[in-house]
Amino acid sequence: MSSLPAVLRDLQAEIEGYAREFGLQYFTQLFEPVDYRQMCEIASYGGFPVRYPHWRFGMEYDHMMKSHTYGLSKIYELVINTDPCYAYLLEGNSLVDQKLVMAHVYGHNDFFKNNNFFAHTDRRMIDVMANNASRVRRYMDRHGVAAVEAFIDVCLSIDNLIDPWWPFRRAQQRESARAITEPEPPPAEEPGRLQHSRGYLDRYINPPEFIEAQREKRKKEEEARKRKLPQRPERDVLGFLMKHAPIESWEADILGIIREEAYYFLPQMQTKIMNEGWASYWHSRIMTTRALRDDEVVDYADAASGVMAMAPGQLNPYKIGIELFRHIERRWDKGRFGKEWDECDELVERDRWDRALGLGMKKIFEVRKLYNDVTFLDEYFTLDFCREQKFFTVKENRRTGRREIEGREFAKIKARILQQLTNFGQPFIYVVDANYLNRSELLLGHRHEGVDLQMEYARDTLRNLERIWRRPVSLLTVLDEKPKRIRFDGSEISVADEREAFRV
Amino acid sequence: MISRIEQDHSRFREIIRGRIRKNLRKYISRGDMIAPKSKGSVSIPMPQIKIPRFSFGSNKGNGVGQGDGEPGDPVGGDPQDGQGGKGKAGQDEGQKALEVEVSLEELAEILGEELGLPRIEPRGTQSLETKKDRYVGLRTTGPESLRSFKATFKRALRRQVAMGTYDRNRPVVVPIREDRRYRSWRTDPRPQSNAVIIYMMDVSGSMGDEQKEIVRIESFWIDTWLRSQYKGLESRYIIHDASARVVEREVFFKTRESGGTMISSAYKVCNELIEAEFDPEQWNIYAFHFSDGDNWSVDDTSTCVKLLREELLPRLNQFGYGQVESPYGSGQFIKDLRGAFPKQENLVTSEIKNKDEIMDSIREFLKGGR
Repeated sequence: MSSLPAVLRDLQAEIEGYAREFGLQYFTQLFEPVDYRQMCEIASYGGFPVRYPHWRFGMEYDHMMKSHTYGLSKIYELVINTDPCYAYLLEGNSLVDQKLVMAHVYGHNDFFKNNNFFAHTDRRMIDVMANNASRVRRYMDRHGVAAVEAFIDVCLSIDNLIDPWWPFRRAQQRESARAITEPEPPPAEEPGRLQHSRGYLDRYINPPEFIEAQREKRKKEEEARKRKLPQRPERDVLGFLMKHAPIESWEADILGIIREEAYYFLPQMQTKIMNEGWASYWHSRIMTTRALRDDEVVDYADAASGVMAMAPGQLNPYKIGIELFRHIERRWDKGRFGKEWDECDELVERDRWDRALGLGMKKIFEVRKLYNDVTFLDEYFTLDFCREQKFFTVKENRRTGRREIEGREFAKIKARILQQLTNFGQPFIYVVDANYLNRSELLLGHRHEGVDLQMEYARDTLRNLERIWRRPVSLLTVLDEKPKRIRFDGSEISVADEREAFRV
Repeated sequence: MISRIEQDHSRFREIIRGRIRKNLRKYISRGDMIAPKSKGSVSIPMPQIKIPRFSFGSNKGNGVGQGDGEPGDPVGGDPQDGQGGKGKAGQDEGQKALEVEVSLEELAEILGEELGLPRIEPRGTQSLETKKDRYVGLRTTGPESLRSFKATFKRALRRQVAMGTYDRNRPVVVPIREDRRYRSWRTDPRPQSNAVIIYMMDVSGSMGDEQKEIVRIESFWIDTWLRSQYKGLESRYIIHDASARVVEREVFFKTRESGGTMISSAYKVCNELIEAEFDPEQWNIYAFHFSDGDNWSVDDTSTCVKLLREELLPRLNQFGYGQVESPYGSGQFIKDLRGAFPKQENLVTSEIKNKDEIMDSIREFLKGGR
């Protein structure tokens, strides 16, 4: 980049050399120096130079500028998943900081390029977002700012209702369209026919009229099922509404824009711990083994410890991520895996266990390719790691209202972490029926996994859904362990009891 | 060209202003919602600004942490914060209400728009200004006491070098008349505060905490509005029961006395204060008196009326009397005032039964535009 000062350009060349040496595979990396105001602006836009006009970006900006002015927080690094990969450096940071950020960014860049969950993201998102922005501006010119903005508000209110597996299915469908047509499913067994070995009694055991009636009935059911929309519960609520809601074409386009951007940002939410852990692992590795000069050590340690700090009672993705990668590396270096290791319960032997395999580096590269946060934690958050990192569960003391350490039970800790990560921290919501009660009302189902929905927001979200669907909208959910149906009919919210909770 | 983010930002501020306007009555009647932030601004909770989504509610304070400690040890962090921050992979921000910061001018503007308040025409045309001198540069003439040694020396050195009389072995620099430089100043006019509000409050036993809260909220809004109308605004506080005294703001809202009520005592102190400090020729003076309307005697009430008619009202832009309803007060005083001054324009009375009526009372007080 021509705008990068010579000092930083040299630094970049140096850091990139180390990254290559360690085997990171990255997109072409571009650094751009910006002042803090620009940094806040770009950060409000999620790292992109051009987004559609919307007040929430202004709100983000307001917030960031303020916390920057008061010295509460500072944006260190900002890197986006594109090819070439753009990252922004804060002007006026010390050279040590810039080095650290660069090393960190190469970690992210490698992760974006190689992690499977990013495989289906559009790497030219800068252009896509800019195009989206100009379309939205055009709609604003035609239909008025207020109308378009209000509709964007509505769409954003449901932008977490997407199906994390949809990008993969779409890719698969493209594949299978090219492949040979799938084999026909085997014909279903004759309905209602009883098995017997006496052929001559068949007419009496399975009277033809009865069989015929059964056949009719099955056929009708089949047709009803086919008519039902969606045929099975659909998680891509945004996509479903785009196709089936009675909205105008510009509205559908905006819904599509919000959906496209939501899917683009999804992998980042699914791999927060891994992504930050991986980048932190590499900045630490590159800095401490290569890039750091003697006189920079203290400043580096100060900056790095700030990033890794744990607020009491909270989890820091940077910290968990880096520690887990390091833990995996050590385990595979020493051969602490497999059947023999798992079955060994001699503490002393486990302590001394070292097969000197040296597979650690290879293993963590593999992990960064194949896993997301849920699978990463599920597979590698072991009892040893939990003890080593001194995890505990926190519970609120009813009497004092204070949050206290509850205990250090491994299973409980792990279950809770996984629960927080499942479905990128969002509730599971499905479209169940688009013709509910045969009155073309929309029925959604919330798959309850132990934590209730925030009711106030849920009500407002239903209002927004009604705005899109233009007919009453209901949501099946569970409140205080009782199945409920919340309905918004266009003028008021009502809550009714249900016989059983929604299950898929 | 205005940058994109500034457009989005001003749109955001616009929305906030709209929300505050819409909910102004709620914000006014619940005084605790508006918290002073830094100087000249307040923060206002605004949960509706957040985009609603289907999201998890509180998981009852449960979470996971990391570090040393025994079961039962407290972990830091506000329980309100819940699982917010980066700790959690989700985007759950817990129950924390979103707060926005608004400057007092903006707040006053919103108040003015919503209540339809007229701008105030200040009394007396001459605006009070003080002058402040500031050193800004150099000039060639001036008193010796203001000579700038550094600048003079530099000029002299430059001249000597240019003329070739500078000897580096014997670096003596002798300034002549033309080398001398003196500091010069500029006089900046500074607007001086030219308005004052004198708050008086009955702190006798019958005024409870709730009544004082109403006074506190009302005075905050009156302050905010008048401050936006004048370049500078001062406030004075007088409390009274059977006798009156001038106090600091903090004392004003916290004092609780017992015993009887002599309203005239407050009016006397107010009058003395004006005579001592605020010349009505130069100051716009506002006085507000809050009480539950229970006065000691009929005699005292007539003293009050006399004081008002002869001393106070001619000097004041406006006298406001707010009567807060309390279970003990008879509420007689407001009737007496209304009876005594049926047509007096700069005396405004208002009854405030509860917090919901604060807004109407503010409008009552300020709609005259005096």
